[in-house]
Amino acid sequence: MSEAGIVIAGGGHAGGSAAAFLRQYGWKGPITLVGAEPILPYQRPPLSKAWLKGEATAESLALRPARFYTQQNITARLGERVTGIDRAAQRVILSGGGTLGYHRLILALGARPRPLPVPGADLPDVLVLRSAADADALQAALKPGRRLAVIGGGYIGLEVAASARALGAEVTVIEREPRVLARVAGQNISAFLQDHHRAQGVGILLGAAVEAILGDAAGVSGVQLRDGTVVPCDAALIGIGAVPEEGLARDAGLACGNGITVDLAARTEDPAIYAIGDCAFRPLPLYGRSMRLESVPNAIEQAKQAAADICGRAPPIPEVPWFWSDQFALRLQMAGLAFSPAQAVVRPAAEGEGFAVFHLAADDSVLAVEAVNAPAEFMAGRLLVAKQQRVPAALLRDAAQPLRELTG
Amino acid sequence: MPSITYIEHSGTEHRIEVPTGRSVMQGAVDNNLPGIDADCGGECACATCHVYVDPAWLAKTGTPGEQEASMLNFAATAEPNSRLSCQIEVSEALDGLTVRLPEAQH
Repeated sequence: MSEAGIVIAGGGHAGGSAAAFLRQYGWKGPITLVGAEPILPYQRPPLSKAWLKGEATAESLALRPARFYTQQNITARLGERVTGIDRAAQRVILSGGGTLGYHRLILALGARPRPLPVPGADLPDVLVLRSAADADALQAALKPGRRLAVIGGGYIGLEVAASARALGAEVTVIEREPRVLARVAGQNISAFLQDHHRAQGVGILLGAAVEAILGDAAGVSGVQLRDGTVVPCDAALIGIGAVPEEGLARDAGLACGNGITVDLAARTEDPAIYAIGDCAFRPLPLYGRSMRLESVPNAIEQAKQAAADICGRAPPIPEVPWFWSDQFALRLQMAGLAFSPAQAVVRPAAEGEGFAVFHLAADDSVLAVEAVNAPAEFMAGRLLVAKQQRVPAALLRDAAQPLRELTG
Repeated sequence: MPSITYIEHSGTEHRIEVPTGRSVMQGAVDNNLPGIDADCGGECACATCHVYVDPAWLAKTGTPGEQEASMLNFAATAEPNSRLSCQIEVSEALDGLTVRLPEAQH
């Protein structure tokens, strides 16, 4: 039997990055990446943007070229998944029926689209967006003049709405909450984006609960709301969040919260098993709590944590969580998380038409920044969040005060 | 194929052949060089592919765009020859380029 190496369950951004960092940090033994999708690890963010609009190629989407895996001696088993973990024997069971022994196991299982429990959700042309295959199906449904109903005004929904407009489709976003991005952005950003999308021809319905998706075996014809309104459409995209893929860990008896519970080295309670990326419920030292983060920077940070721990290196310095989104000509960049903010301060960008919203705690320390076409303010805000620096609101609001002086 | 030299903060040098049309950032990522994270994959959104361009090459690599310059303004340890390497496209004219990597990207 060959030497037991590192098995990475999941071939997304987290899994692919973990394989690369293990080699960077000096792991010499075998690395096997088990990925359910038929393609090597790729970037998901462009799926709702450049890829959907036909502006990206398979090569530009790939995290790394195919030769990378050969050169780095990383075995990629694609189209397979881990279906069970035998912790006592340190062995995983594969969907193809085989088993693989592991010295360390990294669970990078991702998340799956949250299902919408209404009649008609299984009709043809009711789509989700998670994988490249999903994006291809969505692209096929987006032709000039076709009508797309987007259920859920989150980042995926709004990015798809913007791309669909660029492709000439008619779009209506249906959001259950009273504002878009209700769970993930502040009120100023929600209001600004609603106006911007409407100005670009996107219909936005707020406080609108979906009762059913209408249609037949030939396809979808509309989305019926609880108040009886029907939004006619030729295709519907459900983008109402994601559920962590934690079943494998639960079945193996590992603790799970909302995601697989890990520490700052991405370790589960089993010292031989790590969990990283969208599937992990991780500590956020800056905020004194744990949560699950769905973002590329989080996937990369946790991939580093796991690889460093496995290779006996010092853990990386905890990063400020950050996110980005492109919609129409808008670039949103957000850093930090606004847990219990006391006030939101709006500051115009030093250059151009953009602006940034700084969220301050009661003691004036900067909790989070949300920037729209304001890259300098985003970068400055990220620094302020990392330092938990206190900045009086009056200074932040005053565009005449140079940012440089605020960051110290 | 143009050859690019990446010098880690520790002084370790890597001479890499990078196909034209790829970015200096991709050249590093494709070869698993430590020190360039490229969180955003080349979108000029994160400033984790920061490099210092050898001053002799500054004329050939050009100047940062508006977005890039704004990001660099607040990047840790930025210098006048700082660039985001995802914004430098490799061409034959850059054959022999040398870039140095900062101590950290975060």
